[in-house]
Amino acid sequence: MTARAIIETKDLTQIYGMGDARVAALDGVSISVHDGEFVAIMGPSGSGKSTLMNILGCLSRPTSGAYYLDSETVSELDKVELAAIRNKKIGYIFQSYNLLSRTTALDNVILPLQYDRETERTTEERIDVATKVLNMVGLVDRIKHQPQELSGGQQQRVAIARALVNNPVLIMADEPTGNLDSKSGAEIMQLLHDLHDEGATIVMVTHSTEIASHTERTIHLLDGKIDKIIGNGKKATK
Amino acid sequence: MKSSEVFNIAWAAILKNKVRSLLTMLGIIIGVGAVIVMVAISAGTEATINEEINSLGANLVFVQSTFTRGGASGMPEGGLVYDDAAAIADGVDGVSGVVVEQSASQTIKAGGVVLDAVTLLGSTADFPSVRDMSIADGRYFNDLEVDRNQKIAVLGSSLAEELFGETDPIGQDITVGTTRLVVIGVLEEKGLVGDVDYDSRLYMPISVVLDKFTQSQFSRIMGDRVRLIYVEVEDQENLDDIILQIQLLLAKRHDLPLEEADFTVTTQQDIIGTQEATTAAFRSLLGWVAGVSLIVGGIGIMNIMLVSVTERTREIGIRQSIGATPNDIRWQFLTEALLLSLVGGLIGVVFGVGGAWIFGSVSGMRTVVVTESIILAFSSAAIVGAFFGFYPANKAAELDPIEALRHE
Repeated sequence: MTARAIIETKDLTQIYGMGDARVAALDGVSISVHDGEFVAIMGPSGSGKSTLMNILGCLSRPTSGAYYLDSETVSELDKVELAAIRNKKIGYIFQSYNLLSRTTALDNVILPLQYDRETERTTEERIDVATKVLNMVGLVDRIKHQPQELSGGQQQRVAIARALVNNPVLIMADEPTGNLDSKSGAEIMQLLHDLHDEGATIVMVTHSTEIASHTERTIHLLDGKIDKIIGNGKKATK
Repeated sequence: MKSSEVFNIAWAAILKNKVRSLLTMLGIIIGVGAVIVMVAISAGTEATINEEINSLGANLVFVQSTFTRGGASGMPEGGLVYDDAAAIADGVDGVSGVVVEQSASQTIKAGGVVLDAVTLLGSTADFPSVRDMSIADGRYFNDLEVDRNQKIAVLGSSLAEELFGETDPIGQDITVGTTRLVVIGVLEEKGLVGDVDYDSRLYMPISVVLDKFTQSQFSRIMGDRVRLIYVEVEDQENLDDIILQIQLLLAKRHDLPLEEADFTVTTQQDIIGTQEATTAAFRSLLGWVAGVSLIVGGIGIMNIMLVSVTERTREIGIRQSIGATPNDIRWQFLTEALLLSLVGGLIGVVFGVGGAWIFGSVSGMRTVVVTESIILAFSSAAIVGAFFGFYPANKAAELDPIEALRHE
């Protein structure tokens, strides 16, 4: 039984600099992540995991190689098309939450809906959708609060709600617990595992072997190449 | 993103830094306000001058003295004399009226009323026709009465009201200084023209004014010299011919060649032309001042928008990561710049209209707020906002999402 591939890359290469100063941040990375998989990416700094995350998250394009996201060749899309892909197909969770300051949790979650050109929604519908997602991640009574009035764990929940609001095919999590204490971190990881159990495809960068070990696979990068891929044994329950 | 949402984001960004936004708008506010005030002053002045010119009566030619250097007595020599007026009336074809004026100031008594410092205007008999005044009651004096130095007077309408109230002033005596005059007529109301109140003046034969009421030594030595002769022309078509006739006649009377004439002849057209040239020069100066201040204001907006883009780089990155296209970002910042300039323009319009009104009432100068100047100033502000907002907005739109997200 082979599930549909959400991520498929062929020889992804990213080169920075010119002439003698050329550095290959990524050097021929070919990976595949199938629908509903929870994958961790690990590696020391300079190993190219940020570069890989940026390409997989459609924030940048590879120098060469191909990237198919949800069967679409995104490595050949232009800026505007990539923006639409980020809006519709990818949800980001950052280490530092990256919420808009002085903007309520609700408005932060509504934001991706506002940049959605394909789906016509009234303001009421948007508020409705965003409120449901916020409730789903466990924020009920704080949706009118601004980020600076929320704890780190609560801010990350808002960020997760924002990532989910457009029903993406892929969730990119970049050290999602890196700024949190262990209790909040564990809660956020539980939330991610719950999402995974409901069928979400998640790619997560982490430094923690412990956190990585709870995913299905860990991809280890070293010097821009895949060092090893370790299966961890977790399986999606649905 | 809907335009209403873009507007809300831009508005929120402006309100977030109220003082900074206001200071940014200041250039535009001053530019727009200045244009409106200055155009109002210019239009007010122009309207006043036009009224004055029109009130002088149509088809006027002005013959003015140009005094030569002082002679042995130290007093100016040459120039027009009283008899020149009569000579023009008699000797030039196509002239329908000639007026010489001499004003003075005197205390007037009539019945129980005493008025200080009333302006006396001595003139010749053609005055009402040449200066476009009508008689309400009685009559104006004639040439014979001027020649005979008759002690008679015609009252301006408000002067008549003040001196005699309901009583019919015709035939009544008034005492001007120490001289008794008989009232023979009252003029129709003319109103205020420029600074001159035609209705509060007392009109009498110029011979009486020269004889009795010009008290200064200068005037006495000057004798029957006059500064200005008004000539009314029957038909504009013959204007050039009449001017030439006047010049030849006076040059002959003064025994001078035309090149050394001690007088000049100008027409209303000359005055209007000069006025128009002055106004045009003033207008173009205004245009430059307004243009420069709007450009300075625009640079202020560009500067603050660049600061804003840098400050909000992280926000731009976040927006890009969740799907904002370069155009979304560009519009957001362009809208903010436009909003700054439009709100600035609006405040400028309020200040300009208010400023013109305040300036008018404080200085006593007439100001007329011109609608076109408001539209022009306001739309210039909008263009400036769009023009100077484009570069920062473009810079924001071109930001790399990864770099922007990394920005602290």
